[in-house]
Amino acid sequence: MKTQNLLLILGVLTLTLFPLLTIAPRADGEAIFTGSDGQAEDLITHAHPDYQPWFAPLWEPPSNEIESMLFGLQASIGAALIGYCFGYFKGVRSKQPSDA
Amino acid sequence: MHIMEGFLPVTHAIGWSVASLPFLVFGTHRLSQKMAREPQARLFLGASGGFAFVLSALKLPSVTGSCSHPTGIGLGTILFGPSIMCVLGCVVLVFQALFLAHGGLTTLGANTFSMAIVGSFTAWFSFRAARSLRVPFNGCVFLAAACSDLCTYLTTALQLALAFPDPASGLAGASAKFLGVFAFTQVPLAITEGLLTVLVMNLLRNHATDSIRTLLPAFSQHRK
Repeated sequence: MKTQNLLLILGVLTLTLFPLLTIAPRADGEAIFTGSDGQAEDLITHAHPDYQPWFAPLWEPPSNEIESMLFGLQASIGAALIGYCFGYFKGVRSKQPSDA
Repeated sequence: MHIMEGFLPVTHAIGWSVASLPFLVFGTHRLSQKMAREPQARLFLGASGGFAFVLSALKLPSVTGSCSHPTGIGLGTILFGPSIMCVLGCVVLVFQALFLAHGGLTTLGANTFSMAIVGSFTAWFSFRAARSLRVPFNGCVFLAAACSDLCTYLTTALQLALAFPDPASGLAGASAKFLGVFAFTQVPLAITEGLLTVLVMNLLRNHATDSIRTLLPAFSQHRK
């Protein structure tokens, strides 16, 4: 189990780092690693220049910094929930001497 | 896979919302039933929701040179079944629509349909199919999570193609274009999501062997 988990972590790291290390900046100066959601939006506005979005977000993060803070917050809420569960199970098991 | 606020024509926005609604109503019903009968399942529900929160916040680089994010729907679906996970997926999308301007309220129906509904049902059916083909348990978990991730993005591409058929090449041309944006980028991310889901499932099974077996019928039924 331990070896398998280590291999899984290694696999995730490889898959994430490989593109970061291999993809060179584009010669035409276009940004790399932009979001695919945004690219789809560009595709729509190029193919249908007359399309007008008919509803705007009620609130938008005022800057990239605020946006990344909120994404960080979302991830940390999730991580806290997961951590709480593992802590709970660990606590339960340490109170059962028969399980040792 | 988030379709931006206002980027679906009104009829499509309404159509996808109507299509998603019954899944959410049924899912909420199942969720409250589960909570009433098995209050201990709350912990696992928290972990599943937490996993979806973490994964959908992480935009990862892909080999195509663009970034996208996994969905984290697979884990909770294996533990709780698809209808309950529809509700959790929708909660994640509401959070992102309101606080991050990522996705939107008018596109919530379409995004719920792709991530929460197609995502969870794909995970469920691939898990069961792999199980019946006697694939080892971890292989089933991997397939469920990876297929769920990939199919979510395929659905988004088709939803956009339906809403914005190409002026020259029509629906097929638009599908090809949107799939070009989403599909290849998503393949390595789907594998990443599969590996992460197996990892967390390993840890859950290791730390909570007994509770996971007694609490979750779907689990023990398939665990042999």
